[in-house]
Amino acid sequence: MSTGFEAPAAIGEINKYDFRTESPAVFKARKGIDREIVSQISEMKKEPAWMRDFRLASLEVFESKPMPSWGGRIGVDFQDIYYYLKPAEQQGKTWDEVPDAIKQTFDRLGIPEAERKFLAGVKAQFESEVVYGSLQEDLAKKGVIFTDTDTAVREHPDLLREYFGTIIPPSDNKFAALNSAVWSGGSFIYVPKGVKIEFPLQAYFRINAESMGQFERTLIIVDEGAQVHYVEGCTAPMYSTESLHSAVVEVVVKKHGRCRYTTIQNWANNIYNLVTKRAMAYEGALMEWIDGNLGSHLTMKYPAVYLMEPGARGEILSIAFASAGQHQDAGAKIVHAAPHTSGRIVSKSISKNGGRASYRGLVKVEPGAKKSRSSVVCDALILDDRSRSDTYPYIEIEEQDVSVGHEASVSKIGEEQLFYLMSRGLTEAEASTMIVGGFVEPLVKELPMEYAVEMNKLIQLQMEGSVG
Amino acid sequence: MSAAEKLVVRGLHVAVEGQEILRGVDLEIGRGEVHALMGPNGSGKSTLGYAIMGHPSYEVTSGSVELVRADGSRLDILSMEPDERARAGVFLAFQRPMSIPGVRVADFLRHAVTNVRNPGRKEGEELMPMREFRDELKKKMADLSIDPEFARRYVNDGFSGGEMKRAEILQLAMLRPKFAILDETDSGLDADAVRLASESIARIGGHEMGILIITHHEQLLEHNVPLRTHVMLGGRIVESGGPELAAELHKKGYERIRSAYPEAAAAEKAMEDTRTAEPAPA
Repeated sequence: MSTGFEAPAAIGEINKYDFRTESPAVFKARKGIDREIVSQISEMKKEPAWMRDFRLASLEVFESKPMPSWGGRIGVDFQDIYYYLKPAEQQGKTWDEVPDAIKQTFDRLGIPEAERKFLAGVKAQFESEVVYGSLQEDLAKKGVIFTDTDTAVREHPDLLREYFGTIIPPSDNKFAALNSAVWSGGSFIYVPKGVKIEFPLQAYFRINAESMGQFERTLIIVDEGAQVHYVEGCTAPMYSTESLHSAVVEVVVKKHGRCRYTTIQNWANNIYNLVTKRAMAYEGALMEWIDGNLGSHLTMKYPAVYLMEPGARGEILSIAFASAGQHQDAGAKIVHAAPHTSGRIVSKSISKNGGRASYRGLVKVEPGAKKSRSSVVCDALILDDRSRSDTYPYIEIEEQDVSVGHEASVSKIGEEQLFYLMSRGLTEAEASTMIVGGFVEPLVKELPMEYAVEMNKLIQLQMEGSVG
Repeated sequence: MSAAEKLVVRGLHVAVEGQEILRGVDLEIGRGEVHALMGPNGSGKSTLGYAIMGHPSYEVTSGSVELVRADGSRLDILSMEPDERARAGVFLAFQRPMSIPGVRVADFLRHAVTNVRNPGRKEGEELMPMREFRDELKKKMADLSIDPEFARRYVNDGFSGGEMKRAEILQLAMLRPKFAILDETDSGLDADAVRLASESIARIGGHEMGILIITHHEQLLEHNVPLRTHVMLGGRIVESGGPELAAELHKKGYERIRSAYPEAAAAEKAMEDTRTAEPAPA
């Protein structure tokens, strides 16, 4: 299938957040992927045999699967990528080497001083112990496990192994298989029965930066009646020396548990961001994905909720912003596998300066999932004639007694709206920014306060220079 | 009044999608004056408002709109973007204001007020201090008997007809323009609401504002007695008079006007026929 998407050879607009410098890593596996590399990664990490075998089996799956023929054009040469970089050695550049444009972006986003060096890759380690040490202690007392996945393999092998790769098996898709073979870092969270964590857990609470890797692997287990809100990524520019980012996120929400997973990612313009995220929600449980995608060359990401038992609920709110040279193929997937389950998908996309945003979603109701309800709302806003938006809503219903609704709208920024705001003294750019801000408001207000503030500033930055 | 700043419209011709709607409009409004503009539907009243405010679909083919200051210096309004016109002190209360989903009335107004009061403000510069703005907004809303909750709603989104009109009057009160065009600010309001609107406009306008009230009725003029009443027909102002003219038109309609100005009546008919033959795109 032709996607109609041409990777622009010369991208006129340079992403304001692009920056790269050479990092003198001490250890790098050689480029490319094969059994030797995969074994070497496992060895470097001193992993148990089962994990090495899991990786090698996944590699076979990866090699056997063709590239997806849908979505965007994935121009990745798998043999031209470093798959493992020992994280402690990712650091090595200095603050002086970080381009002024990036420093200014941090200023404008109001990123705290302590986080800037970390985000710019100057430090592989964020001084989280000082800032968040007491939080960690408090969590530990309640029996919460919050660590990076590599550590969890060593320290919580039984718990991890029970779920790892069961929600998203390597056979699910080519990139899940790739991640399963070469994964590194990511978060491992276990929230015991009845424990409710009141504040959002953030990737940076953790001591090291491995979660920011290319092939991170996250597993969250929310036990019965427990509750957690996990926040990953940030609105600050995400810098990576490699062009492929392929994460896997698995979530289990047990009976009456609740999990909200919030992602805001703002990738540099060269990145292929191909991510598989899926949650299983059991009786009366609630799973919410809030997913914001900015930047990257191509993002393909469809957070999924499988509603496994009666009363399970799934909500997916996603927002995509595609600018020049960017294709956001994002969406959501809800599978009703039990009766009396409910799902809601709200997707908003904005495309400008020749960017392309696609919504791709699936609502599936399996036989016997009676009295299930699902609704899909996707709205696209196109800011100029060069930009593009598509909708691919798939609905598969194999049960009569259900209610499934779908609404889609595509709008251009209305001349009448612009004129109205301008007649009140707003410049055209201010008026456009305000309209876009209003368009994404239903999503932004679901974000934790500091993210909402950053998100709004980021939209302002994205909108700069887009008019006139 | 001759010393006061004036909004001066001369020989204004305006076309929409190539069709001429205004065929030479002359009008002069001083600050502190109220003028009424009446005329049958389709005679070009709203077009005049849009053209003065700078709507991009309304093409001025000839004529001028200027702000003439007391010292005689002139500001060419037509060469400005709509936001520059607003900053220069021109305001249009829309007959059908646009809804801006997701944007709160207070946020929108704070931005607007900041720009209009500091015409030289550059994008990204500080907005008016939140507390100062809030206090002022609260007071103005109380004056207009508007529920404080209103400030947190999205601009015109899901507003009733009456709420929209009140929101326009609130904007008028906050922006305090030099010249305001009120396009059927009374339509869709019940008698009590029109009375309240009429009082509010009079209070806001005071002796500082030049106001052009476009209306089909007299009630809005109750507290805003027009210095001049103008009648528009077929894209021209064909007759001007005092408040008694508004009363006459309201009671007796436009038959006398049509027979007195057969050329304008013919133009009106021609425009109407074009409209029927080629329905405007929705």
